[in-house]
Amino acid sequence: MRVPKPRGALSQWLGARLTGTGTAGTAPAADSPEDEAIALWTLHELSYRGFEDADDRAEWDPEVLHVRHGLEVALEDRLRQRWADAAPADLPAEVPAALAALVDADDGPSLATYVRREADRDQVLELLRQRSVYHLKESDPSAFVVPRLPVRAKAALMELQYDEYGDGDPNRLHAHLFARGLEAVGLRPEYGAYVDDAITENLEMNNAGSLFGLHRRLRGAAMGHLAAFEMTSSIPSRKMVQGLERLEMGGPMAAYYDEHVEADAIHEQLAAHDICGTLAEDEPDQAADILFGAWTCLDVEARFATAVLRSWGVSPQ
Amino acid sequence: MRDRDFDHPEVVLCKDGPMLLRGATSVQDADGTVHPVQRPVVALCRCEKSSRLPWCDGTHKVIPKA
Repeated sequence: MRVPKPRGALSQWLGARLTGTGTAGTAPAADSPEDEAIALWTLHELSYRGFEDADDRAEWDPEVLHVRHGLEVALEDRLRQRWADAAPADLPAEVPAALAALVDADDGPSLATYVRREADRDQVLELLRQRSVYHLKESDPSAFVVPRLPVRAKAALMELQYDEYGDGDPNRLHAHLFARGLEAVGLRPEYGAYVDDAITENLEMNNAGSLFGLHRRLRGAAMGHLAAFEMTSSIPSRKMVQGLERLEMGGPMAAYYDEHVEADAIHEQLAAHDICGTLAEDEPDQAADILFGAWTCLDVEARFATAVLRSWGVSPQ
Repeated sequence: MRDRDFDHPEVVLCKDGPMLLRGATSVQDADGTVHPVQRPVVALCRCEKSSRLPWCDGTHKVIPKA
């Protein structure tokens, strides 16, 4: 993957800095939320797979890190403010029950419900291009958290991640299954192929997951995010299968979602109880951030779904 | 030193949810069909409403709780 196309002054500066093609100097302010989002996405990517045209040393370059820090502070403040404005007052004290209550209360629009019965082929392809930004690095943000957890939560996260990464079989690694699916529906399967098409809400959704995964301080939020993701995956994945089959787009892409119906019915139990429940017992100060991370997962997905449905002229339900 | 410091049961009954089963290599369903297991943990449907028995597919969540 190459450094994404700039979307404003900050991402322009960053691209030049990473590829060594621009003048030095201080980073300019971002022009827009979109400019800010692609800049932070690019900075986080330096800690995943990097870019073929960027200097790998940029990941730990103090000047680049300074920019990343500023963008991360702004993102975290924004996410925490949204949570503070929306947090229900009467959540159960036990973390697994509180997670279930947050998920039950989620009334965000469902893209999977729309795909199941109404979306046309072009809309589904557009959604898959957007989803590819995450699914081609599926579970990678959570993997950063493993060494930062106490014994029980660490073992449980590995039990879950082992399945995400194919149970030792590269053919069954979830990100690889998605790449196979992309190829089968005529899209590009390479890692990061559609980042330049990612809408701001999608970049923010990915940035939130990376922010939580990359900071030890935010391990509770990362695991809460994982739990909410898994707890809202099985039934929507089944709807995706039905929608893909309705549009005669079955095959490997439907198989990817089909795998998630079964896998995530297991993972949601592991994530809520064995990971988040034991983490909150062993490190009680993490309980609040577990719920913050879970709610944020639901909220950024709702914002993404709303933006996508509106772009299709559909009123978000 | 104790042999085991933590509970890690092979069978876990989830409240209003599936039965988790660890370490199985195959599961026979109610019709007698044997399904191979490739995962370290599987979730077996207990509400009988799953669309892919014997596995849980999350359908229990849309069934009103008794």
